[in-house]
Amino acid sequence: MGLALLVIIWLITFVSTYFFVAQTWWLPHGASAAAPWIDHQFALTYVLMGIVFVAAQGGLGWLVWRHRDGASSKPVEYSHGNTTLELLWTTLTAILFVGLNLMGSHVWANERFEPAAAGSVPIEVTGMQFAWYFRYPGPDGKYGRTDPKLMDPSAGNEAALGLDTSDPAAKDDVVTGTLYLPVQREVDLTLRAVDVIHSFFVPALRFKQDTVPGLAIHMHFTPTEIGDYEIACAELCGLGHYKMHGMVHVVSQDDFDKWLAAREAEKQ
Amino acid sequence: MTSLSPTVPVSVPETGQGGGSAPPRFGGDDGGGGDGYPDYGRRLRRARLGLAVALAPILMFFVSLVSAYIVRQGLPTFDDKTNTYVREWIPVELPLALLLVNTGLLAASSLSAELARRQITRQAALAPVRSIPGVSLGNEAGFPWLWVTVLLGGGFLVGQWLAWQQMADRGFYLATSASSSFMYLLTAAHGVHLAGGVVVLLYAAVVSLFHTPIEARRIVVDVTAWYWHFMFLLWIGIFGLLWLMR
Amino acid sequence: MATSASVHAHAAPQGFIRKYIFSLDHKVIGLQYYFLALIAVFVGMFLSLLMRIHLIWPTAVLPLVGEIKPETYLSLLTMHGTIMVFFVLTTAPQSGFGNYFLPIQIGAPDMAFPVLNMLSFWTTFVAFVVLVSAFFVSGGAPLHGWTGYAPLSALTNSGPGEQLGADLWIASIAIFCIASLMGALNFITTTLDLRAKGMTMMRMPLTCWAWFITAILGLLAFGVLLSAGILLLLDRNLGTSFYVPLVVVNGQVMAHRGGSPLLWQHLFWFFGHPEVYIAILPGMGVASQILSTFSRKPIFGYKAMVYAIMAIGILGFVVWGHHMFMSGMSPYSAFAFSIMTMMIGVPSAIKTFNWLGTIHNGRVRFQTPMLFGIGFVSLFVSGGLSGPFLAQPVLDIPLHDTYFVVGHFHLIMGVAAIFGIFAGTYYWFPKMFGRMMSESLGRVHCLITLIGTYAIFMPMHYLGMAGQTRRYSQFTEVQYMTHLIPLQTFMTYAAFITIAAQFIFLFNLFWSMFKGPKASDNPWEATTLEWTTATPPPHDNFGGRTPVVYHGPYEYSVPGAAKDYVMQTDPAGVTTH
Repeated sequence: MGLALLVIIWLITFVSTYFFVAQTWWLPHGASAAAPWIDHQFALTYVLMGIVFVAAQGGLGWLVWRHRDGASSKPVEYSHGNTTLELLWTTLTAILFVGLNLMGSHVWANERFEPAAAGSVPIEVTGMQFAWYFRYPGPDGKYGRTDPKLMDPSAGNEAALGLDTSDPAAKDDVVTGTLYLPVQREVDLTLRAVDVIHSFFVPALRFKQDTVPGLAIHMHFTPTEIGDYEIACAELCGLGHYKMHGMVHVVSQDDFDKWLAAREAEKQ
Repeated sequence: MTSLSPTVPVSVPETGQGGGSAPPRFGGDDGGGGDGYPDYGRRLRRARLGLAVALAPILMFFVSLVSAYIVRQGLPTFDDKTNTYVREWIPVELPLALLLVNTGLLAASSLSAELARRQITRQAALAPVRSIPGVSLGNEAGFPWLWVTVLLGGGFLVGQWLAWQQMADRGFYLATSASSSFMYLLTAAHGVHLAGGVVVLLYAAVVSLFHTPIEARRIVVDVTAWYWHFMFLLWIGIFGLLWLMR
Repeated sequence: MATSASVHAHAAPQGFIRKYIFSLDHKVIGLQYYFLALIAVFVGMFLSLLMRIHLIWPTAVLPLVGEIKPETYLSLLTMHGTIMVFFVLTTAPQSGFGNYFLPIQIGAPDMAFPVLNMLSFWTTFVAFVVLVSAFFVSGGAPLHGWTGYAPLSALTNSGPGEQLGADLWIASIAIFCIASLMGALNFITTTLDLRAKGMTMMRMPLTCWAWFITAILGLLAFGVLLSAGILLLLDRNLGTSFYVPLVVVNGQVMAHRGGSPLLWQHLFWFFGHPEVYIAILPGMGVASQILSTFSRKPIFGYKAMVYAIMAIGILGFVVWGHHMFMSGMSPYSAFAFSIMTMMIGVPSAIKTFNWLGTIHNGRVRFQTPMLFGIGFVSLFVSGGLSGPFLAQPVLDIPLHDTYFVVGHFHLIMGVAAIFGIFAGTYYWFPKMFGRMMSESLGRVHCLITLIGTYAIFMPMHYLGMAGQTRRYSQFTEVQYMTHLIPLQTFMTYAAFITIAAQFIFLFNLFWSMFKGPKASDNPWEATTLEWTTATPPPHDNFGGRTPVVYHGPYEYSVPGAAKDYVMQTDPAGVTTH
């Protein structure tokens, strides 16, 4: 039985580790400025935890086989433990865990402690059951007033947000269902929700933030590669949660300007 | 297989902190009742321990409501019209005079509860003496402090109900504002807990008319009186919060 | 009338109702809880089976159940989570085994407050009935997940099942809170006040420590959940705005203003995090007990194990924010919570090292309880090591609300804690029922379940890294998820096999109760007090004797002793019989 357990535990460990090392199913290719930092911290964590995983499971399998009843005629070691060893591995574990966390904390600080830099592209993301809308404030740089009483989800875009067209600042606001971004420019995102909590999640950009009714949350990121990236809602929001997705199109600055100008023109 | 003679002293390494020849003092026993039924002194201590433990979750319940209150008071919400965060806390107009009267009633009831507790403690201590034929301790029934507490406690609850009426008259209902919601909720939660205490005290008062064993009655009155004091202090805290942090 | 402080009636009760329905005997109550949890786990498992089938065959029409619509899937997962967390993981290890064995292991004739104990079981039962009734009301069971985030759970028009079903869900949880608090009161008072002579706190088996600390966690956490639930009921039904700001649902402006969805999360997780430690600590206690017994060796570092349980308990109250890194909470708070969360990994690691240290240089016997004990350690390591990923906010960005989290908590709660329950069952079955369970069936059950659960839950980590979000009723709408469906299919087939293996256990359990070979009083040659008494124990646990304790709980292979175990009540010094 001891041998069976050793084989099973080692086999499970080997197979699990294999798929981690082979990266058969893995984080998608990162296309934002934060991605290399996040991926580096991820790699550090998974290497260290992987070593602990293999050592612990390997040790468990080995010990139950090695010390099976009948394996040796040595008497059982009567011991209540070893305080030195306890202190040693407690300290090492604490250093490992807390150290790992502190190493990643500067990435978190960069992501979240500072507001967006000047000159970033302002965009408002609004989540509602079950679609994403994106609002560009236009040349005046101001988001126009919205009014809950004016919201009409079935009409889409401006009407879905309840944009108050009597507000002068609202006249140049562009609302779309797809997010266009210029590459290599920081985005100053304002995240909002209309009904329940949603979550704006773009795996390729290593970006996730819950959108909460009653809050307007500011976040920033910088896409670094041209491409199309899918958005998935990452907070249970009702029966349509599984199909509340969208697309982020990261394009060149020129293409972005052209696209935005075309949207502005449509409003006339 | 070799065996050890019992007279050979064996150095017993740390067999769980003590393994000497005499049973250690620690750890409880049944208090000498002999038949497994602990004496009432132990039962009283056990009941008090149970009460102390029970007060912890009650406290946590109110602590969570109070922290929700404090956070909500300072919490802004995003306003579409102005595109900024606004704070919309509307202070409640508490019927202060009435609440002060209620507080007085509850304070008096805490006093009478304590007197009832001490009274029954004396009665329980003297019970063996009273069982000697021909011995009387005079006015055995004593002043009905228990009934007084029940009345005062009931009076407090009625007063709280009147306070709610006055709040409604001033236009503050449960859902009127966050402040009014918390006010109703905190006073209702306290009132429910106090009403539970009133029911138990009423039971103890009724049962005292029927000469059931004094030890058992003492435990009920003792534990309930401590609970009652806790409810009084809790009310002071809630009232203080609602008034001073309105 | 017996006051709440009286421990024991003198004579055993007569009559079926007094003996088996409204029994005051902690052993009967423990079994009542256990069997309630057994029913609950099979209901919960059935729900998960339906979920796994729907994920792979979304349009399938199943017998009895029919077609599973997206909202039905969500109500299945809500009820699966609620049933499993509350009525299995909080019930069987603590209220089931704890009720049965805490008094015996500390040498007491019963719990401190037997009437309260009986009431706490029946209140739990009522809570279960109320919960399950949500399936059968108009609108069905709620779809907001076991975590019930507002405003989704606070608005009656946010989706199907969010009317009466959601109210019943909240009511059930509120009733469960009361029941748990009653139980916690009993456990704590009993542990502090009813220990036999010589049973110091530091001589208690680690199971008792686990039950004690778990009860303290429950005592402090369930009151907060109750308040959260009351606020939610008020928002839903009486128009208050504790959790709901101004919202527009499908074009309809609701009457709420100014509430905070994050308030629900703070209150819920302040309870929710201690809750997961409530689910695992008793299993850790059982694992310690079993590893020591079946390695014939004292537990490595008893004191450290006790301090580790305490540390896990205390730290468990200051880490709740790690569920909220992406919630819009302040990033500075997130940083603070993440440091505390990494620290809570330390006592867990200490326990793991000590379990390995217990086996090292021991003499391992491989009866079924030990197989599950070893499995527990393996699963706890696997589930635990995904924790440091999630504890770092910056890594939580890609991983939050993905299958990575689902894999993490299932490996620990859904498997390791369950292995703790199985281990306890196989270990204590002889004492409870006077017969032995079948070793061969137990072996088959353990090995299939061990391999099967790894096959189901380990792949979830890969899915999570690839961005597979959780609580999706289908994976067909989001392009980048479609290539992950084969892995999900594999998991579903693994689930079929693993669920089937549980029927082996069920058969073994009931067959052995009536037909298993008779058990001796101490078939495992263990040291703790339950093995000193008759099998099954008499009404007052020790047959009129009052036990006196002279030794610690894990005195195995004491040099110079006649046998390789010294029972806690063996006379002082070393015995010769």
